[in-house]
Order: sequence, then C-alpha cells, then structure tokens
Amino acid sequence: MENQIVKQQVIRMESAEQLVIHKLRKRPRLGETFIQGFLFFCGAVSIFTTIGIVFELGKESLLFFQMPGVTLVEFLTKTEWQPTIGKFGVLSLINATLMTTLFAMLVALPLGLGAAIYLSEYATPRARSILKPVLEVLAGVPTVVYGFFALTTMTPLLRAIFGEQVQVYNTLSAGLVMGIMILPLVCSMSEDALSAVPRSLREAAYGLGATRLETAVQVVVPAALSGIIAAFILGVSRAVGETMIVALAAGSGPNFTFDPFQAAETMTGYIARISGGDVSYDTPDYNSIFAIGLLLFTSTLLLNVISRRLVARFREVYE
Amino acid sequence: MTETLEKQHLAIETRDMHLFYGHFRAVKDVDLQVIPQKITAIIGPSGCGKSTVLRSFNRMNDFVPSFHMEGEVLFHGQNIYATDVDPVMVRQRIGMVFQKPNPFPKSIYDNVAWGARINGFKENMDDLVEQTLRQAALWDEVKDDLRKSGLSLSGGQQQRLCIARALAVKPEIILMDEPCSALDPIATLKIEDLMRELSEQYTIIIVTHNMQQAARASDHTAFFTMDEDRAGIMVEYGETNQIFTNPRDKRTEDYITGRFG
Amino acid sequence: MSGYFSTPKSNLAMRHRVGGVWKAIFFLSTAIGLLALAVLVITILDDVFGLVAVVDKVDRTTLADRPLEDLEKDELLAILDKKVSVNRLRTIQRNGGFTLDEIPAGEVYELVIAEVVKPTVEESYPLFDSLFKRAEIEAEVAQKHPDATIYFYSWLNQRFLTNSMSTTPQLAGVRTALFGSLWIIVITVAFAFPIGVGAAIYLEEYASRSWVNRVIQTNIDNLAGVPSIVYGILGLAIFVRTLSALTSGKAFGVEGVETGRTVLAAGLTMGLLVLPILIINAQEAVRAVPNSLRQASYGLGATQWQTIWHHVLPSAFPGILTGTILAVSRAIGETAPLILVGASSLINKDPQGIFSYFTALPIQIYNWTSRPQAEFRNIAAAAIIVLLVVLLSLNAVAILTRNRLTRRAP
Ligand SMILES: Nc1ncnc2c1ncn2[C@@H]1O[C@H](COP(=O)(O)OP(=O)(O)OP(=O)(O)O)[C@@H](O)[C@H]1O
Ligand SMILES: [Mg+2]
Repeated sequence: MENQIVKQQVIRMESAEQLVIHKLRKRPRLGETFIQGFLFFCGAVSIFTTIGIVFELGKESLLFFQMPGVTLVEFLTKTEWQPTIGKFGVLSLINATLMTTLFAMLVALPLGLGAAIYLSEYATPRARSILKPVLEVLAGVPTVVYGFFALTTMTPLLRAIFGEQVQVYNTLSAGLVMGIMILPLVCSMSEDALSAVPRSLREAAYGLGATRLETAVQVVVPAALSGIIAAFILGVSRAVGETMIVALAAGSGPNFTFDPFQAAETMTGYIARISGGDVSYDTPDYNSIFAIGLLLFTSTLLLNVISRRLVARFREVYE
Repeated sequence: MTETLEKQHLAIETRDMHLFYGHFRAVKDVDLQVIPQKITAIIGPSGCGKSTVLRSFNRMNDFVPSFHMEGEVLFHGQNIYATDVDPVMVRQRIGMVFQKPNPFPKSIYDNVAWGARINGFKENMDDLVEQTLRQAALWDEVKDDLRKSGLSLSGGQQQRLCIARALAVKPEIILMDEPCSALDPIATLKIEDLMRELSEQYTIIIVTHNMQQAARASDHTAFFTMDEDRAGIMVEYGETNQIFTNPRDKRTEDYITGRFG
Repeated sequence: MSGYFSTPKSNLAMRHRVGGVWKAIFFLSTAIGLLALAVLVITILDDVFGLVAVVDKVDRTTLADRPLEDLEKDELLAILDKKVSVNRLRTIQRNGGFTLDEIPAGEVYELVIAEVVKPTVEESYPLFDSLFKRAEIEAEVAQKHPDATIYFYSWLNQRFLTNSMSTTPQLAGVRTALFGSLWIIVITVAFAFPIGVGAAIYLEEYASRSWVNRVIQTNIDNLAGVPSIVYGILGLAIFVRTLSALTSGKAFGVEGVETGRTVLAAGLTMGLLVLPILIINAQEAVRAVPNSLRQASYGLGATQWQTIWHHVLPSAFPGILTGTILAVSRAIGETAPLILVGASSLINKDPQGIFSYFTALPIQIYNWTSRPQAEFRNIAAAAIIVLLVVLLSLNAVAILTRNRLTRRAP
C-alpha cells in the first residue's frame, strides 16, 4: 500500500520533470519565423530597387550604345548632342551640369560654412534654436518652387545688373538658386561636424589666449574638416542630380558654352524635357535617357559613397 | 606691510567671491590669496566647486551662458572681471592645463607653436618649441619627429605636450585641473617633478583628488567642501604641511584622514 | 583697457578687430539664408495678388438694362438661351452633371460670365507694383486697353481650388491636380509605410552583423542619396513599361486606360523614392527605444515578436509617424519623377481610382511656370501657395501628433 503510493509519487514526479523538459525544449515557432521572413523581405526590397536601377539603366544604355553611329568614345568626347540627327556628344550636357554645380557650390559652400560657424561657435543656444529650424524650412521647399524663384526673381535680377547679355534662360541664375537650395544641407551637415568637435579642444585654445575667431577657424574648423568636406561633396551630388531648377531656368537645348549668361541644357534638364512629351519606346531619345541616367547615377553614387566614408572617419575620431 | 605691497606679492587674490550657475550658488564667499612662484593645491570632495573656482581665475567660465560671479578676482591688483578687461588677455597671462589631455589634432610642433604664434610671437619659433618641450620634459621623447600628430603620443606625453603648449605662451600662472587623473603613477610622478621645476618661474594652482599628490607636490593647500545648500565653501587654507599634519578644522581632518562622508 | 592689462603684449586690438569683422561675415551668411527665404515668400505673394486689366468680350450693358448681378434667374437663363448655342448648353450640363433648372441663380450668373461675357485678363501686375505704382498702371492700361476695367484680384481664390485644368488662366484651377497628388500620396504611404517600418524593425531588432545585413544597410543609405530623377527613370522602365498590364489595370479587366502612365505607377515610383528615407527615420525611432524595455519584456517570457509588437513599436510609434510624414512631404513636392512616369498637365478629369491618368500639383506648377505669359505665372504662384500650405499643415500635424503621443507615453 505504502509502496504503491511512493511508486505513484515517483511516477508523478518523473512525468512532471518530463513536462518541464518538454516545455523548455526548443520548438520551431512558425509565426515568429514567418514574421522574421517577411521583415527580411522588407529589408531586401531596397536591394531589389538597386538591382532594378542598375539593371534597367544598364540594359537600355547597352541598347543605346548598340545603335548605329553611337560609340562610347564619341559619347564622352564630342560636344554636340542631337540624338535625332545622330550626334551623340554628351559633353555639352555635362558641361552645363558642371557649370550650374559650380555656381551652386560658390553660393552654398561659403554661405553654408559661414552660417554653420556662426550657429555653432557664436550664436547663443536660444538664437540657434530659432535660426536652425528657419534655415531648415529652406531645405523643405520643393525644388520646383526654387525653379519658379529662379525664373521670376533671379533671372530678372541678373538682367537688371548685367543687362541684356543675360539670356532669359541661363546657367548662372539656375546655379545661384540651386546654391540657395543646397545651403541648408551644407550648413546643417557642417554644423553637425563643428559641434561634434569636443569642447576640450576649444577650451585648450581659449586657455592659450586665443580669440573666438582664432579658435573657430584655426582649431575647430580644421578638426571638423573631413565632416565639412563630406557636406561639400554631398552638396555637389545634390547639385548634379537636381532637376527642376535647371529644367525651368537653365534653358532647353544642348549648348556647349562657358558663358554663364547663356542658356544650356544639363543632363537632368535633358532627361526631363525628353520624357516630358510622350516619348515612344526604343527610339534614340528614349534610350539616351537611360545612358545619361546611368552617368548621373554612377557619378552621384560615387560622390555619396565618398561623402559617407568621410563622415564615418570623422565619427571614428571623435566618438 | 602696507596693502599695496601685499598685493604686489600675491599672484591671485579673491575677495568675497561668489560663483553661480543660473540661480544655483556653486561657490560661496571665497577669500583666497595665492602666493607667487609657489604651488597651491585645491582639494575637496567631488562637486564642491574646485573646478569652478579654478576656471574663474582665467575666465574660462565665460563660456557657460548661465555662469555669473560676484566679488573680485585680483591679478596684479586688478579685478579680471572688470568690464574693461579683455578675457583673452587674461588667458594669455593665466594659462590652463585640463583634466584630460587635449592636444590639437595638429603636429607636435604646431601644438606648441600655435599659441605663441597667435599671440604675436615674432622670434625664432624652433627655439621656442625646443625650449618649452625641454621645460616640459618631453623633448627627448619627441625630438626625432616633431611633425607627428600630437594625438599619436601616449596619455602622459600628451599631457606634457599640453603643459609645453601652455608654457609657450609665457604665462605667469598655470592652472591645472586634475592634470594627472588620466595618467598612470609613473607619468603622474613625472608631471609632479615637472611642476616642482616650473614653480621656480611660474605660479601653479592645481586641483587634485589625490591627497598624496597634494601633500607631496604643493606648498599651500586650500580645502573646500560643501555647506548645507550644496554651495562650495573654503574651509581652511594654509601651508600644506600644516593642513596635513595639524588641520585646524574638524572637516578638514575628517577629509584628509578619509573619514569624510 | 586700463592698468596692468594695457601693457601691449601683442597685437590684441587688431586681432579683436579682425574677429569682429569675421563674426559679422558669419552672421551675414546666416542672414542671407534667412533673407533668401523671405524673398522667396515675397516673390510668390507678389505674383499671387495684384491688379488686373480685364476686357469683356461682350459688353455687359448690351445684355440687360441693369447690372448682371441684380438679374433674376429666369432673366439670366434667357440671356444664356439667346447667346449660347443649344449644343454648347447641352455639353455644359452633361459635363457638369446638372441641369440648368436645378442650379441656383449664382451659378447661372457664373455661366453667363464664362460663356457670354467672357472677360479676359489683358494685363496683370505684380502686387508691389500694384500697390506703389497704381497711377502709372492705370495710365498705361487706359492707353493700351481703353475699354478695360482695372481691379484688384487674388489669383488664389475659391474658383482656383475647385476648377480643373483650363487653358485660360483665370478659369484654370488645381482640383484635378490636388486629387492627383492625394491619390499618389495614398499609394505611396500604403506601399512604403509597411515595408519601410518592416525593414527598420528587421535591421534594428533582428539583423545580425552578417555581410548580408551590412549590404542592406549600406544600400539603403546610398539609395537615400540617389537623385529623384533616377527613380523616375526606374519608374518609367519598370512600372510604366514592363508592368504596364498591371499598372494600367488591363490585367484586372479595367478598360479605357491604354498605357501604364497611371496614378498607380506614380505612387509606386514615389514609394520607392521615399522608402530609404522612411527606413532611416524609422530606424532612428526604433533605436531610441531604451533597451531596458526590451529586457523587461523578455524577462516576462515574451518572444521577440511579442516584445517588438507590444513594447518596441508602441514606444517608437511617434517617431515613426513623424519620420513617415517627413518622408511623405518630400514626395508631395517631388516633380521630376512624375514627369518621367507621364503626368500630363493637360488632364482635366479627376482621377477615378488607381488606374487613372493623372496630373499633380508640382506638375501644374512646373507647367505653368514654364509658360511665358504673366497670367500663368500668377496661377503658378497660386498653386505654389496651395502646395506650401499642404506641406506646412502636414508638418504641423507631424509635430502635434508627436507632441501628443509622447506626452501620453509614460
Ligand atoms: N556648466 C555648469 N552648469 C551648471 N552647473 C554646473 C556647471 N558646471 C558645474 N556645475 C555645478 O557646480 C558645482 C560644482 O562643480 P565643479 O565642477 O566645480 O565641482 P568639482 O569640485 O570640480 O568636482 P569634481 O571633483 O568632481 O571635478 C556642481 O554642483 C556642479 O553640478
Ligand atoms: Mg572638477
């Protein structure tokens, strides 16, 4: 009798133990696995996007270069661009892009850096908390609005200053306004870099009897230089890829010129104009969009990668 | 001794000095007289306002927006907080070495030369660099490659570089805020020897948490603590020997014998 | 300076002077940025309001012996009957979806003006000229258009919001474009929000530091910097051309749309464009959730997904929401990709669903700005104001919801 009770208890305990072991054992959780799979897919969508871009741009560009009369050498060395009559020299478009970019950076770099130095080294916290968001509003204005601004304000202003030699569409106006558009980007990235410079470095300079200017320009700016260069490069990338301002204000029609007062079409401007009408598939026009798109994509990608590398290196030093 | 004479013999003198961050009184009513060409140590528990006091001697606290002070800090008999005094000028005369070594991300040479250059030094810069690096007992270790980045040195070397950098401006007073707290014992001893040598030419005020360091290295010691409103007060000030062997105040005794808190 | 400190130890006065000059220069850089913003706003306002010189095609006094505003409905109808062809009247009623008998006198009056009187704006003047040079303007108009009336006009008005596209600037409106933008945004959000948040959770909560995940992260960061026009090219190639059966709705038996240049293609393109930004913003929000919260949840025996769903996502939600709204506001202002996927500024029919041709606000702005006539500039400026108001209210909503949600959180 007693024995049996003991036995029963032993059995019960054993089974309880098994139950615990059974519960602790790893089981596949189907729901969790499924969810994780879905989430991975979400992350992978971006990979598909990149593959899509590279594949489509590559495929159609290949078709472009297989067209009669198109060679890569001609594409990259000739200055006349008229696909419909068989002239495929992209240099005129690249030249206009570089000109607008140059003007943009002539505005955005000094002003953006100056504003960044002011905000990070001079402004009181209160002033900064007001000025920064206002500058960021500039960054949130759609670029088509800047295009409107270039055409209705900047161009007339330039014509008032330089006279009739300034054409209604010109690269200078588009470039300058683009500079205003890029200014907040350069400013806020540079400001991030400047404020990441440790306070101890500033104190060291002040402790040696440096003025605010000497501290800012000779100690803080050099220490933040890679971050500032990164901002500059990202700004260039923005300028190269910007479409609406140049489409509205720089002029339509390729023109190989170094005159800032003349109209000249940029790479992005060309793409926008050609695709604006109902472009039919598999024509020289259609394929040329992709060839220029590929050029645009690779150059901006290169710039972005360099910029991100610089920022990463800068972070490594100070964090 | 007449008052003017006495003034001439003081490196720094504070009168009724109160230091505030916003409404918070961090330091209350300090009257301190720092003797020139001596090492003065400031000791006390964490948060009692040692750094605040030290930084108020060369107006480094000007960069804290909420900071303001009452009273006077006299340097050569003149209040450095008077409205017509240029803080940049003050800092040329009263240099500072910080807790963490903070060399500029420039070469060793430029680290030393920069301060002198901006302050209008026109003579032979190479000589100045060598001379100050020797003074800072760093020359032998770095003379082979002065173009190396200051950041590539060890912590102790960096701190000596920072001292050399401060010396190159030719200040009269050097403020040091826990200059050895980031260093190992050997490097610490090196800096202490260096301080001893420098004190022949310079007045040194050092904040330290290291009781032995204060006892070993300083001539005078000021003991600070917090009163019941958490404001820092100076409890006792005197010859280091006297403070450590025969403190007059109970609180000082408790602190130096480790019975504090 | 006095006393001890006056001993000239260095060129300090000079250094301070240089410092002051540069401080002014740095401040000026900041001020120029602010000034640019102000000038931008003023330019737009300058073009939205101002004097117009209007000439009526038909002299109003020949239509009735009293001012037209005072006429009764049947008198107005009589004028319409007399001056407008029967066919035209029928077309009007069919297009508008009403009969002349139903509508109130006010609308009949509008019809009389539009169909009979046909006022045309001969000249339009910017706001500041209108305010300060009124006399000169009046003199000029009197000379060039003797029978014109001059009055102050706001190009941004109710009619502008409710009318659809027209080739006459005074009659043109942004209704179709507003609906187009709205549809695009809905599709963009429906596509990008779940995928973006999913990707952010994957990268922050699940991803190990394997090379695959590093590639994904780097790829996202790089995609965020790809120019928007490249996304447009992608959209053109994939959604408009390759998948045209899907995007035109043919695959679903939808009739009447021949190409893939639809709202759906535009929305998906925009979705791809904002996706990287959305992911990066959402990642930041998820990363900001304190680890102690996750540990507390695991400590109670929750699974990873339960932890994420019940704790991480709710506390990250305000941040995710703001990040999404910021990403979406980028999409609302984007123009270049829409040009490529075939927005057409000539469309005057509201989109009926995702398989409709479309136009959008920025497209109208682009199109109107690129026309040479001053009146189109005026309506471009008016459309810009509409666009900016939409953007500002979105951002205000973002800030308000974030504030409210974060306040409620413990
Ligand atoms: N920038 C500041 N703003 C506001 N309060 C400050 C600031 N710096 C210091 N304090 C406060 O002033 C008091 C004194 O600080 P201080 O740094 O001078 O102390 P300390 O004696 O140097 O301490 P430790 O030995 O830890 O360095 C502390 O209560 C501190 O919180
Ligand atoms: Mg301290």
